[in-house]
Amino acid sequence: MRPFVYERPTSVSSAVDIATHADTGQSPPTAANTQFIAGGTNLADYMRLGVAQPERLIDLNTLVEPALRQIRIEDDAIRFGALVRMSEAADNGDVRRRCPLLAESLQFAASGQLRNMASLGGNVLQRTRCEYFRETSWPCNKREPGSGCAAMEGFNRQHAVLGTSDACIAAYHGDFAQALIALGATVDIEGQQGRRTLAFAKLHRRPGETPNIETDLAADELITAIEVPLAPWSSRSRYLKIRDRESYAFALASAAVALDMDGERVRSARIALGGVATVPWRASAAEDTLKGKVLDEAAARAAADVAFADAKPREHNAFKIPLGKRTLVRALLETRDMKG
Amino acid sequence: MSEAKIASGLSRRMFMTASVSAVAAMPLVNSSKSADQPTSAKPAGPRDLSAVSMRINKQPYNLALDNRTSLLDALRDHVGLTGTKKGCDHGQCGACTVLVDGKRVLSCLSFAIMNQGREITTVEGLVSTDGELHPVQQAFVDHDAFQCGYCTPGQIMSAIGCINEGHAGSEDDIREYMSGNLCRCAAYPNIVAAIVQARDEIRRA
Repeated sequence: MRPFVYERPTSVSSAVDIATHADTGQSPPTAANTQFIAGGTNLADYMRLGVAQPERLIDLNTLVEPALRQIRIEDDAIRFGALVRMSEAADNGDVRRRCPLLAESLQFAASGQLRNMASLGGNVLQRTRCEYFRETSWPCNKREPGSGCAAMEGFNRQHAVLGTSDACIAAYHGDFAQALIALGATVDIEGQQGRRTLAFAKLHRRPGETPNIETDLAADELITAIEVPLAPWSSRSRYLKIRDRESYAFALASAAVALDMDGERVRSARIALGGVATVPWRASAAEDTLKGKVLDEAAARAAADVAFADAKPREHNAFKIPLGKRTLVRALLETRDMKG
Repeated sequence: MSEAKIASGLSRRMFMTASVSAVAAMPLVNSSKSADQPTSAKPAGPRDLSAVSMRINKQPYNLALDNRTSLLDALRDHVGLTGTKKGCDHGQCGACTVLVDGKRVLSCLSFAIMNQGREITTVEGLVSTDGELHPVQQAFVDHDAFQCGYCTPGQIMSAIGCINEGHAGSEDDIREYMSGNLCRCAAYPNIVAAIVQARDEIRRA
């Protein structure tokens, strides 16, 4: 591991200052010499593997702003400070009651130990687990732009079928992000240029020709809060995650679903898909097909077909298309049967 | 390099020896350095050792560590507490589980320096002063909840966290909330039985 300088700022503004002055303005932030660290579960691993080689770490756990560690339940929104740990959000009774999808997406991610460590702000920024990204001896356009993609013709069973490009097919493996994009969350960001609020759907960037640019963030910018609006569909919501083993594994396919029902008919549906796409993936076209329909198995299947209409399989991951569809059908029907 | 002088005149090797003995509350090199030198001194470089104070099994420790040192390596190689095991060193197996401020975490993915001021509990800190095993330790013995034993300290620390969190309600809950601890001998049924026993005993206490 590359030696690094360690900094302990006490305020968000001082953390941003350090990142601003320490860095040479390199883009993207994942390649910057200075990195923020909170739980460290992703960054420490990637530093040990040589994938990340920062020369300066800014510890966010010494920041004193109380809001960073609070979960606030308001009439029309749930607001999470960025340093809230995954386990704290997953175990919060109000979160579970008001929006089961949020709690379940956290509860079925990682392990008890990792959930105690990982912050919500860091969780949504976790980087892909693509084996060719993790092992630095392979070519990888995300890790080393222009070097090629070993996954294209390699062992790509876990890779994405949606949102891929000729440069990268690495999957986004997070679960919480699927809940956030389905529910129309926003993130508060603070940086040298000031504060801004960004739709969660705009945080991650599809790989395109530049898979090394993963988010809309600048190197000096820090997520300070995540806000999830509460709406008629929040309480009738769930997260279904399908894995190679029952627990402690990344999703092969997952579905985040929230429904606003008018009797048997769908007033509004919110759908996101995990394990199958390069970024957190909102299935808007599938949502549209359900609007005003009676949600039976045929309608759910039609929506699932639409959701995967543009899927592009590689040699080993074609199974994700039928698996992803069945996962979504089951999630839709199980959510329908919940009490709203 | 191994004999390079560091601030107070101790050699690196002498310092490492002092660090390993980890005398409780003894101010070591870096803390005295920071006390003696004004803060306007040149900023720390990436290869400078950093002072870290934490309580480990109720004893205070002042260590001087490379910033890259994981909490796991600090415990094993600098403090001499080898009960905590290194399995994968990548947060995938749970063998390195310890409690930090009462919560179970993976010591391999935690930089030691980020644990400044924290209370660490390892498997060595569980036995009571009169030598009685912790209820979870005793339950692992009673149920033969291991074969090779390498994952056991991590399993025990994780089980304590799991019970304290209130996630050991049913056997299904135990399997779900203990899934971050792998046992390649597959002693899982016995581990679940041990946690059920320990949970009930802790509840009664």
